[in-house]
Amino acid sequence: MWSFLHKLGSPPWLYAISGSILRWLLPLTLLALAAGVVWGLLFTPPDFRQGNSYRIIYIHVPAAVVALAGYYVMATAGAISLIWRMKMADVAMKAAAPVGAALTFAALFTGAVWGKPTWGTYWVWDARITSMLLLLFLYLGVVVLYEAYENKEAAGKACAVLSLVGTVNIPIIYKSVDWWYSLHQPASIKFTGDSTIDPSMLYPLLLMICAFYALFTCCLLLNMRAELLQREARTGWVRKLARGGE
Amino acid sequence: MHPVRRQRLLLVLFVVVFSSAAIGLVVYGLRGNINLFFPPAQVVAGEAPVGQPIRVGGMVVDGSIERSAEDLSVRFRLTDYSGEVPVVYTGILPDLFGEGQGAVASGVLNDNGVLEATEVLAKHDENYMPPEVAEALEQSGYDHSGVPK
Repeated sequence: MWSFLHKLGSPPWLYAISGSILRWLLPLTLLALAAGVVWGLLFTPPDFRQGNSYRIIYIHVPAAVVALAGYYVMATAGAISLIWRMKMADVAMKAAAPVGAALTFAALFTGAVWGKPTWGTYWVWDARITSMLLLLFLYLGVVVLYEAYENKEAAGKACAVLSLVGTVNIPIIYKSVDWWYSLHQPASIKFTGDSTIDPSMLYPLLLMICAFYALFTCCLLLNMRAELLQREARTGWVRKLARGGE
Repeated sequence: MHPVRRQRLLLVLFVVVFSSAAIGLVVYGLRGNINLFFPPAQVVAGEAPVGQPIRVGGMVVDGSIERSAEDLSVRFRLTDYSGEVPVVYTGILPDLFGEGQGAVASGVLNDNGVLEATEVLAKHDENYMPPEVAEALEQSGYDHSGVPK
């Protein structure tokens, strides 16, 4: 356990282990995404009220769920880098921010596309949508704040504090549809009690959620590897890698 | 744990707990303003301002939609089963608008308690099911959330 954690702090080891994880996780992710999209778009029944437009759920919900979970990944990495000064946690935090921002944007964009035919408007300032927009700004804030500092150690600290403060937004987003009157509907997938989505529509959705988690992991690892190479560009193991040796 | 790290851990917990508490209090203080719309019961009780732009949300009462023969104007009533608000609106309604469905109307409440709406949005609920399942539920006397009618 402790030796594993110690190894995690070593850039060449992390680079190697992430490479071997990606070798099987990346094809698996693409396969799951393709299967989920085909299943969701072609082999599920239409909704009794929305017809076919509900199918955007297969992108919208997974993107939103993983955008929220990804924020905790970023904030946890930030906390670890603050407390234990672990460089690799700082790399993970920096790598998670643009991925989370992209997922949040995808959720907002698909929501707007769905909102026009369903609600009659692209955008409404209700609690769910506004707090989700705030999440996008928090992610973008971490990306921009990191680049704003010349001193990368100070940048890491500032970003870690920003992402920790932002964690309060996650339960607000999650519960916003229950706490306040909003236009956005409450969750259809319920942890307690029966889900209010038909099983024939639910299973491809669960597959897509898993696929998006895997996609997040892949993007995070790829970003971390790129960041590692950049940070360690002058060290022996990167030079050796560049010359073509493993 | 090393005392320095323990101190940093406490600092991190302090930042998270106190910023959450601060934002939680702000949100709690603003709770009335965060709601997108007034439920009809509050409008009937006179809690919604008259003559100012507001939103009212609820279910469209069955059989309450009256469309004009000449133009796009329509009148209907919104209910939350403890109060009803009449709405008048001229314009195109969203596809999902219908009797027994959720809707949010924004406009100005006049002195007679009628909402003169400038925009009507359909509110979708969390029930997703194929048409056959909806039909089967209908036939066996349940509504779309599985509650007996």
